[in-house]
Amino acid sequence: MRNMKLFEHEAKEIFRKFAIPTPPSGVARTPDEARERAAEIGRPVVVKAQVLTGKRGKAGGVRFADTPERAASVAEQILAMRINDLPVETVLVEEKLNIRQEIYVGITVDRNERKYVVIGSAAGGMSIEELAEESPEKIIKRYVDPDLGLQPFEAREIAIAMGFRGKQIHGLASFFVKLWRIVTQYDVELTEINPLILTEDGRFLAADARLNIDDNALYRHKDLVEALRRAPVEQNERERLAAEHDMAYVELDGDIACICNGAGLTMATLDAVALHGGRASTFLDLGGGADAKRVEKGIEIAMMYPKVKAILVNIMGGITRCDEVAKGIVSAREDGDVKVPLVIRMVGTNEEEGQRILQEAGIPFLKTMEEAAAKVVELVKEAA
Amino acid sequence: MAVLVDKDTRVIIQGITGSQGTFHSAAMLEYGTRVVAGVTPGKGGAEVNGVPVYDSVRQAKEEHDATASVIFVPAPFAGDAALEAIAAGLDPVVIITEHVPVQDEMRVIHTARRRGVTIIGPNTPGIITPGARQKLGIMPGHVFMDGVVGLMSRSGTLTYEIAAGMTNAGIGISTAIGLGGDPCVGLTPVEAIRLFQQDSDTRALVLVGEIGGDAEERAATYIKEHINMPVVAFIAGRTAPPGKRMGHAGAIISGSSGTAAAKIQAFNDADVPVADRPSDVARLLKDML
Repeated sequence: MRNMKLFEHEAKEIFRKFAIPTPPSGVARTPDEARERAAEIGRPVVVKAQVLTGKRGKAGGVRFADTPERAASVAEQILAMRINDLPVETVLVEEKLNIRQEIYVGITVDRNERKYVVIGSAAGGMSIEELAEESPEKIIKRYVDPDLGLQPFEAREIAIAMGFRGKQIHGLASFFVKLWRIVTQYDVELTEINPLILTEDGRFLAADARLNIDDNALYRHKDLVEALRRAPVEQNERERLAAEHDMAYVELDGDIACICNGAGLTMATLDAVALHGGRASTFLDLGGGADAKRVEKGIEIAMMYPKVKAILVNIMGGITRCDEVAKGIVSAREDGDVKVPLVIRMVGTNEEEGQRILQEAGIPFLKTMEEAAAKVVELVKEAA
Repeated sequence: MAVLVDKDTRVIIQGITGSQGTFHSAAMLEYGTRVVAGVTPGKGGAEVNGVPVYDSVRQAKEEHDATASVIFVPAPFAGDAALEAIAAGLDPVVIITEHVPVQDEMRVIHTARRRGVTIIGPNTPGIITPGARQKLGIMPGHVFMDGVVGLMSRSGTLTYEIAAGMTNAGIGISTAIGLGGDPCVGLTPVEAIRLFQQDSDTRALVLVGEIGGDAEERAATYIKEHINMPVVAFIAGRTAPPGKRMGHAGAIISGSSGTAAAKIQAFNDADVPVADRPSDVARLLKDML
């Protein structure tokens, strides 16, 4: 599963609802719309690609424009870009700020403490990972008591520890307190404002906005999902189909599709393929208790990915029954779904019956993961 | 002795009237688990596989002197079910359910810690002590043989794969614990190791980890400083790309952290051999036992 990531402009809409100050801005899908948004703002603007990936600035997806005309031409260039292989469908046109200081603030789940952690740094602009490498002493962290939640005094303490004084303590602390409200209300896994800008005239403004929501909690936020007017997670057709069938599916760069039951076993199977000199194209976890139909569907989805040159099915039967798996494989082959070599390894529940079904259909199978991985790699090399 | 679960453990199944609860309560009973009661609010008085069903955990506990709970309740209600089990004083509480919201997980784990209750999972196959014929979970009992190795793992079928390999090699298990595949889980590897350390039946450890987080690195540091018995590790996800969740919510390399290489390095630094393949775990154990 993935978490639902909001675009900057979507996150900022939520920020505004919680009274977090943001610069005046508007969304544009065309150069003409960008011109209009810039004219409405009436001052120099920055035009920002709306993509769910980092490093858009380095990729040229953030450009300044002094006039509406210039905003239109800059928007045209950005809308034609792909950033980290993602198309840019919208831009955000936003007032350009006079920057005194760039700051980082964020709240995320700490998996070791199993608590939320509030993070702040007076040295914003770069990613928190880069900052942790370069100057870890400039990162302030505070864990949130799950019973109490983040208290205003803690937010002020963080602001003070970040080096702020006077009225700025309150100004900055309010960002943490408001972000905390958003985190608890929307089941947020990660939120960041980077950079949070301190302007020349002494105002704090959220210049960027990152908001990732826990997929598992989306059932509590149907209003939010509806308001987005888009699918909560970007997927290609194969990913969409797999998700629809509740299968974990990840595409990789190799040519061997690994179809297994259980995430750990699937990962270990990918690794075994690599150990024998092959490269996996597909991580496909059927989950527990897959029946014949589900196995067939899994093979069908795997075959839709053009890179696949062979399939390795590796099943450790527990709740999953080998006879059902075998029936699914036989049926996928009979339907003509399988156009590449197929290597099967399955053990566990109803193993003998499963093996009998495969044998009758003339489909070879192996007893160990290692043999199966070696075999599938060999078949791909032979075919090349 | 074993860890957390022994012959005296008396089990409640929360969500016993659902399809998962019904199926797995039968499998647990068949294996030998002392399932004394089930709970489904609103279905008190019913019976599933001969097990009496109650409306609340407190009632079930009082009637049957239960000690532990296994939760099969759907994700939106699993957090509430776990808090109910903690409030009734059950320990351990095993949460099989996948896709529990992380805020619910944090609330449950925090409450359990304060009360001194052990949470196993969520998103776990459960815990099994073969010597006591007790399994609290969904694992196939027959692949686990009684013995002296404490096994802990972040995954399900991969654990069965490794346990089956050990059984074939004649190496048994004191207790096997599925720690869960989510980023936030109750019992951590370090806590599990501490429990095994105090168990006289456990003379070696197997730790099955995967990409994501740094629980394995922490375990390696603890082993280096505190553990004298043999330990073997396996890490899944050596070839996983960064930024992708590999099936488990917790199996994700974020930036440069959570890689298999970092975990393997940590175990190497602690003189813990890391198996290249699942089948190598049994081989390495044989040499060390």
